[in-house]
Amino acid sequence: MSGFSAAIAIASKDLRTELRTKESLNSAASFALVILVLFSFAFDLGRDEFLAISGGLLWLVYAFAGALIVNRSFARELPNDCLDILIASPAPGWAIFLGKAFASFLLLMIVELISLPVFGVFYNVPWVDSFFPLLLIMVLATWGITIAGSAFSAVTVNVRLRELMLPVLLYPLLIPLLTAAMEMTTALMNGESLGGSNSGGLRILTAFDAIFTALAVYLIEYILVL
Amino acid sequence: MREKLILTLGSLGTVLMLWVIYRVFLGLPAEILQGDIYRIIFIHVPAAITAYCLYGVAVIASVGFLIKRNFVMDSLAVSCVEVAQVFTLVNLVTGSIWGRIIWGIWWTWDLRLTSQLMCFLLYLGYLLLRPAVSDPTQRGVMSAILAIFAAADIPLVVMAIRLKNVRTQHPQPVLETGGLDPSFVAPFVVSMVALMLIGTALVLIRLQQESTRREIDSLRRELHAV
Repeated sequence: MSGFSAAIAIASKDLRTELRTKESLNSAASFALVILVLFSFAFDLGRDEFLAISGGLLWLVYAFAGALIVNRSFARELPNDCLDILIASPAPGWAIFLGKAFASFLLLMIVELISLPVFGVFYNVPWVDSFFPLLLIMVLATWGITIAGSAFSAVTVNVRLRELMLPVLLYPLLIPLLTAAMEMTTALMNGESLGGSNSGGLRILTAFDAIFTALAVYLIEYILVL
Repeated sequence: MREKLILTLGSLGTVLMLWVIYRVFLGLPAEILQGDIYRIIFIHVPAAITAYCLYGVAVIASVGFLIKRNFVMDSLAVSCVEVAQVFTLVNLVTGSIWGRIIWGIWWTWDLRLTSQLMCFLLYLGYLLLRPAVSDPTQRGVMSAILAIFAAADIPLVVMAIRLKNVRTQHPQPVLETGGLDPSFVAPFVVSMVALMLIGTALVLIRLQQESTRREIDSLRRELHAV
């Protein structure tokens, strides 16, 4: 079994488990909705003011939901020592890791695609016209969140207070990615395009994805086989 | 032998620092634009440079630990990070005091200030993670990986803050622009040397504590086995 087919097998296993139990999908999606509603109590803004911070709010929701999803990614394998069995299997470490990261990526994308229209409806934000550029940002930034998140999920899987430790470690690391995604999403919501002065964010997202995918794939053997 | 080294480095650093304090507060005149508050630069900048050097050593030691699995490397990394955090805090606090006088505000989300704070937060996670892991090898590998991830993140943080087009109000680095008055050079360089010596002494003290801690841990484990 080659590495890539092992990765696909792991990803489909994770997705199948998740779609049957829906434990992290349901909680992440409803958590995102609750946070979206909370914003309306936290801020009392006019439409222009709201548009100016819309990207920031949206990505805060996604980052919170992302931490919930990646937290389960490796923790799910703890009962019955499944993680040890996965590590002992012929699948290489990077394939296990990429498979899990890809499953988390798809789950987080589902949560994001559910909460985006809700965000648009609740706050009268024009996202439909710029949906495809927005989708590009979402794909790039979500991959960054899940790849760094899955790496830290693997690092913290055996740690006390895992649920608390993961966000404390993950969010500072995600700041460049979130800043870029927030800036570009706000620009899109205000009717600007991704080209010209806004293209710097795309470069940061691509650089983040490339650097952390490479680092995580390279270091994952050290993380898994301690 | 090691005690003597620590004592020599520490007292040499202290004597040099006393000379710097004497020179800065009693020898040098007030600066024409900033008045007396400029004197803070003789602590502010050397503290930052010392912190960067220590973070650098910590990352190299972390890579070394992953390759060699030598626990001295792990101890060196954590000692360097702890001392570097202290120097970063000195840098942040002195900068904040300077900003209160010159800018009229304690803090602004400027490129240099924000990236320095991010550096502090990233390695704060490093220090938080360590006590949460009980197995020494596991602790070493996890923190080494975190140190490497944090180091890879810092250039991205700088790029991302530039996106926001904040015009920096922070003075240009005097070392690069050559704006340092000849009479300032000696106290500046001596202060840097003094802080490096004190930093090295602190790292050596922490290294000793770490090796004692390791010894106690192994004795305790032996006791448990019996």
